[in-house]
Amino acid sequence: MFGLFSRKKSKDQLKERLKLVLSYDRAGLTPGKMEELKSELLQVISKYFPAAASDYDVKLEQQGSRMIFVANLPVNQKA
Amino acid sequence: MDAKAIVVTSGKGGVGKTTTTANVGAALAQLGERIVVIDTDVGLRNLDVVMGLEGRVVFDLIDVFEGRCKLQQALIRDKRVENLFLIAASQTKDKSSLSEEHMQNTVNALLEGGFDRVLIDSPAGIETGFQTAASAAKGALVVVNPEVSSVRDADRIIGLLEARGITETKLIINRLRPHMVQRGDMLEVDDVLEILGIKLIGIVPEDEKILISTNIGNPASLDTSVKNGAGTAFRNIARRIKGEDVAYLSLETSKGLFAGLRRLFGGN
Repeated sequence: MFGLFSRKKSKDQLKERLKLVLSYDRAGLTPGKMEELKSELLQVISKYFPAAASDYDVKLEQQGSRMIFVANLPVNQKA
Repeated sequence: MDAKAIVVTSGKGGVGKTTTTANVGAALAQLGERIVVIDTDVGLRNLDVVMGLEGRVVFDLIDVFEGRCKLQQALIRDKRVENLFLIAASQTKDKSSLSEEHMQNTVNALLEGGFDRVLIDSPAGIETGFQTAASAAKGALVVVNPEVSSVRDADRIIGLLEARGITETKLIINRLRPHMVQRGDMLEVDDVLEILGIKLIGIVPEDEKILISTNIGNPASLDTSVKNGAGTAFRNIARRIKGEDVAYLSLETSKGLFAGLRRLFGGN
């Protein structure tokens, strides 16, 4: 019923997609390589503490003229 | 802009490089500068027809590079503005003499010979043609359409210009459709600026008059009786290049967009 009104603006979707694709372009990295990096990183981190792989997320973020690699990895806490 | 040699480029084809070169070049000349526009799209020349000068081409850029004529002989005087000249690209495929050194020597000779500014219309792409065009430039006008492939290619071109040491790089957002922006189906000016991170020098609305003016080979920016639309936007770009502080046009009557533009540019 509210489909038409709650439709996300197409330009906002484009903006998100462009930001993502340009972060890969600027870093000279393919999304596939990023996935590899993600799983290797997870393996390394899991050696030291139990990590919750489900909410694990990595991304490249433009901060001014610098590109920042951001990894967000929730840690399983002991009960 | 401080740069006297300016490359007009975009990465992607069909976004309006040649139209921009013709219109901004013509407007700069009408404002009193002695201008040369150079078409470097060898094999696919079009600046001559867009400017309505195709009938006057005798010698071209490659003839100059290969010594078949003097630089003066390749300068084609415009029909309307007397201090505007064109150097056409060659229509043959032979690009062997299209070198950065030849390009730089030619542009330097023009600027030393009394011209105020040279606009270099670059071919699409990021290969040799673009590199040669950019090699003689100190500044750049990057033309972008507010759509996915054009913005991505513009980002690439901006990186390549930086790598060449060209730092005075300004953005022209071309073929903006205010109605689509208003309903959220086209990137806004500030979206494009945020994504690409370079300074704006012009917003050109989509305008049927551009097609009509290229049909007859008469740059729309020369018609000063028209007070709105793409021709005026191109003329304003020329004035900004000359250092004038020109307010941005209110596109259409859409209050939302107008308010948005005023918000964005209210500071200066």
